[in-house]
Amino acid sequence: MKKETAKTLRAFLIELAIYAVLVVGYFFLVLHFLGEGLQRLEQNHRYSYAALAIVLMIGQAVLLQNVTTFLLRLIRGRTE
Amino acid sequence: MFFPISGAHISPIYLVIVGFVIGILGGFFGVGGSFIAGPALRVVGLDWNFAVGTDLAHIVGKSVVAVRQHRAFGNVDLRLGFIMAIGTIAGAEIGAQLIQMLKRAGNVNLVVSIVSIAVYVSISTFMIWESRKTLAAKKPMPTTAKGTKKDHSAFMHVTRAIQRLQLPPMIALPTSGVTISLWIILLVAFVGGLFSGFLGGGAGYIRMPSMVYVLGIPTHLAVGTDLFEIIISASYGTFSHAIKGNVDILIALVMHTGAAIGAQIGAISTQYFAGPKIRLAFVPLPLIGAAIVIYTLMTGHKM
Repeated sequence: MKKETAKTLRAFLIELAIYAVLVVGYFFLVLHFLGEGLQRLEQNHRYSYAALAIVLMIGQAVLLQNVTTFLLRLIRGRTE
Repeated sequence: MFFPISGAHISPIYLVIVGFVIGILGGFFGVGGSFIAGPALRVVGLDWNFAVGTDLAHIVGKSVVAVRQHRAFGNVDLRLGFIMAIGTIAGAEIGAQLIQMLKRAGNVNLVVSIVSIAVYVSISTFMIWESRKTLAAKKPMPTTAKGTKKDHSAFMHVTRAIQRLQLPPMIALPTSGVTISLWIILLVAFVGGLFSGFLGGGAGYIRMPSMVYVLGIPTHLAVGTDLFEIIISASYGTFSHAIKGNVDILIALVMHTGAAIGAQIGAISTQYFAGPKIRLAFVPLPLIGAAIVIYTLMTGHKM
């Protein structure tokens, strides 16, 4: 049981490290490519901006959950 | 890092950590975490109106992650969630209008701060009384990964009296094991929505306890269903605030990268605790929020 917990924790920590690297890359992508466009949209087309904000949020949620699930499965598969 | 929409300079690492902590709390307690996120965004210099709107956007994403996890455990009552969304949206719209009125009057920060302190302290006081009484009166039922969804509470006699009120139409909620008047569900949702629009966040800190104490929904199901309902109401709230110029989606997206992983940890953790223990553990959260608001009020930091 203890061995299993240690394995899960290790897999989780590896996942966190990989996730952190991916997230840093994602920041640059989001802020550089979306920042200016989103600001313009927010100033000139509020309704489009509001709708896009929700789509972006849900899209990122589904994407990140799939990424974390995939990473955990991959890491656990390799450590077993 | 500069966020052009709100004109704020905030460290992305700070946002990710705040998101991660709120994600864990949200997944575990079924709350949006606005009592932490709102003040946490204010502390770094974001105006209340931006803190409220941006927090709502971040809550949408975090709740999607947590609900998918809770759904896998059978902790989501979809019928109840959809009904509550109607009342919540109506309440949220009125709450958002109140914020706009206060913005025009120029005293939004002070009023929202005082109301939030009063609400946070009241919820914590009631929940500590109830959960301690419940835990002292009866041995909590064990909850395992396959565990029971049944629950008990020291407030159950009041809950049963509310459930007996025959105000048609009566709604059967087989997933939660409850039959109750539609109007009571809508009223609970409306009050939650009002606070959601006014104070920001999903108002899970009001709705989750209300679902347990007023509607009689087992705690685990209240957590999962509240999160599901929060997706709908917070999406509406985000849209409503965004068209009023209160949402910086870039801040919300950065916060959510931390929340996405935290929400999964929180949701999985609920499977290892009984209902009254989850409620007792909930108590410090609104108090932390109140303490942060009092601190910002006293120091005058960006009020």
